[in-house]
Amino acid sequence: MTDDNNPRSQTPASLPLGLARRGFSGTIQHLSAGQAGSALSDIELESRLIELGFVEGARVEILHEGIVGRDPIAVRVDNITVAVRRREAMAIIVA
Amino acid sequence: MEAPLLHLALVGTPNSGKTSLFNALTGSRQKVANYPGVTVERKEGFFVTPQGRQVSVVDLPGTYSLRGRSPDEEITRDFVLGKASGETMPDLVLCVADSTNLRLTIRLLLELKRTGRPLVLVLNMFDIATRRGITVDVARLAQELGVPVVTSIAVRKGGTADLLKLTDEISAQVPPQPQENTWRALSVSELRATQREADRIIADNVSLPSRPDTWTARIDSVVLHPVGGLIVLALILFVMFQAVFAWAKPLMEMLSGGFDALGAFVHATLPGGLLQSFLQNGVISGVGSVIVFLPQIIIIFLFILLLEDFGYMARAAFLMDRIMGGAGLHGRAFIPLLSSFACAIPGIMATRVIDNKRDRLTTILIAPLMTCSARIPVYTLIISAFIPDTEVWGFINLQGLVMFGLYAAGIVSALGVSFLIKFFMLRDYAPAPFMLELPDYKMPRPKSIAIGIYTRAKMFLQRAGTTIFSMMVLIWFLASFPQPPAGSTEPAIDFSLAAMIGKWLEPLLAPVGFNWQIAVALIPGMAAREVAVAALGTVYAIEGGKEAAEAIGQVLATKWSLATALSLLAWYIFAPQCASTLAVIKRETGSWTWMAATFTYMLVLAYLASLATYNIAVALGAG
Ligand SMILES: Nc1nc2c(ncn2[C@@H]2O[C@H](COP(=O)(O)OP(=O)(O)O)[C@@H](O)[C@H]2O)c(=O)[nH]1
Ligand SMILES: [Mg+2]
Repeated sequence: MTDDNNPRSQTPASLPLGLARRGFSGTIQHLSAGQAGSALSDIELESRLIELGFVEGARVEILHEGIVGRDPIAVRVDNITVAVRRREAMAIIVA
Repeated sequence: MEAPLLHLALVGTPNSGKTSLFNALTGSRQKVANYPGVTVERKEGFFVTPQGRQVSVVDLPGTYSLRGRSPDEEITRDFVLGKASGETMPDLVLCVADSTNLRLTIRLLLELKRTGRPLVLVLNMFDIATRRGITVDVARLAQELGVPVVTSIAVRKGGTADLLKLTDEISAQVPPQPQENTWRALSVSELRATQREADRIIADNVSLPSRPDTWTARIDSVVLHPVGGLIVLALILFVMFQAVFAWAKPLMEMLSGGFDALGAFVHATLPGGLLQSFLQNGVISGVGSVIVFLPQIIIIFLFILLLEDFGYMARAAFLMDRIMGGAGLHGRAFIPLLSSFACAIPGIMATRVIDNKRDRLTTILIAPLMTCSARIPVYTLIISAFIPDTEVWGFINLQGLVMFGLYAAGIVSALGVSFLIKFFMLRDYAPAPFMLELPDYKMPRPKSIAIGIYTRAKMFLQRAGTTIFSMMVLIWFLASFPQPPAGSTEPAIDFSLAAMIGKWLEPLLAPVGFNWQIAVALIPGMAAREVAVAALGTVYAIEGGKEAAEAIGQVLATKWSLATALSLLAWYIFAPQCASTLAVIKRETGSWTWMAATFTYMLVLAYLASLATYNIAVALGAG
């Protein structure tokens, strides 16, 4: 489990991937499913993100954005590309 | 003594090449069926190893873990754990990995190890890995994982030689002893720990130069461009529908010419009478009028399979996710809905990629509104009989425009129904997440496309040979008996059972402008929509003699008003006229209620649409 579900414990430079723009690239700091407001339970969301390779230390880059509300986003996670909605990407804290 | 059949199962993440491997191993020795209770396609194939061992192999649905989040993934889990009812536990599980992307599969493998099943890791797509400069220390990897590892190239001849050799070696030994099953669903921290362990093993044994697939990046910069991507998608769909109508035409004309010739031959060879009428009007023209659509079905599946193999389908879902979200649909619903243009049955079966129950249900309920290829014959017949072949605004063909309008009406009403479902029934419901891997583009392989088309064409022909054939026999029987009394001057069909049923239904359908002949045709149309055309042919042929059957359209043009024709078109946009679709809905939702709900809402829409169309047309003077 992540120990810092508290947004205040984030370093100033870190932000949720869900707010980042196309071209952003960084490293995953931690997962914080409670912040996402996803339809999934926190545990389920976190499990799915890990299963797609979103783990601490993985390099991510936003490659593409959808047309409506810049959503969903296509994210490069190490050497695969994954499509997620911004709502779920809010759980991925990057820097 | 003959060694017992060796049971293999293919497990792996989506797009790792399981199906390609399955095809490479078994060729066309495949059996496609459903798992009991659920409509998840169960693909089993057979082959013989170089040493002569008989092997059965099952292609399981792709999964990232054994947690079983969707009906598909549950099948994979239960199968591996030996909990699937009526299934033999696999003797050996082949965990198939995309060698260019090992992280997720190695984690899955570590989870699979806990089940205690004998395992092999297959490093598939090794050709691509080699090309990208990825090297794997196979022996050390095997040692560290504690399972045998082989490389494979599923799409190259001889690319599975190592795997076959290993299978022989394993089956020659004392049968590998299954260990105790200690698997249970992983907690988040276990999952994370497993991923870390997988990453460590990969770091120790695999060298990954960062040479990404530049082709995929280049194609995606156009195909996933917010605006450009939608234009490309629209173009692809346009070409696809153009092909379904234009390319298929010569082939269809050839087929229908063939059946006509066969009918004429029977007519000429046999003496006039019941047998002649049965063969010519019942069997040949009936089954023939359905088989004619084989080219269109092949073309639409050709496109779907090509796009899927190329890796485009996931991109289409990405582009459409938010757009469809406006109507309450999930991005993943795009593929099932697109398949429903071929036929709602594969479309509804494809909804199993949607893991959220409510999203899946909405998609299932609206899939039959997509204009399936079985409606094409009805549309074509009526349009060519009633809509003048003229140009409007100088360049648009009026017949084509009406056809387009019918497709558009189907799509718009599907979106509308979906919106209403979301608004009234699933109001308090946050959208399910959309998470999907976008695989690297791959050149589609003719062999796997051919196998895919072959199995689908076979299914269609089997249907034509069974359901449709029996319906045609039934309708012919109803239209032919009882025979008219000797010396009567009225058309024979007026005395038949079909006429009785049709006339009994007529008062119900009169408000929408249908006569009793249409009522008769709608009944067998319940089994399969396309039968209605043949049924109309039979009804009018028996009524009007042989000439009528040769030109159903011309006959209709003299017997129906334009308002009736338009009303029937409107009816067909909505009518739930396909027993097999309803059966699939029942199986997929596991509930009679949803099946009944689909049937009812479509019937109500059909009646209302026809009622409106007929009355407006009559008011405008087309009655
Ligand atoms: N170059 C190459 N392509 C492969 C190989 N195995 C599969 N493919 C391609 O990878 C794509 C996905 O394969 P498929 O068998 O459908 O994956 P599945 O989702 O695991 O069943 C298809 O386009 C295949 O042609 C391989 O060994 N080498
Ligand atoms: Mg497959």
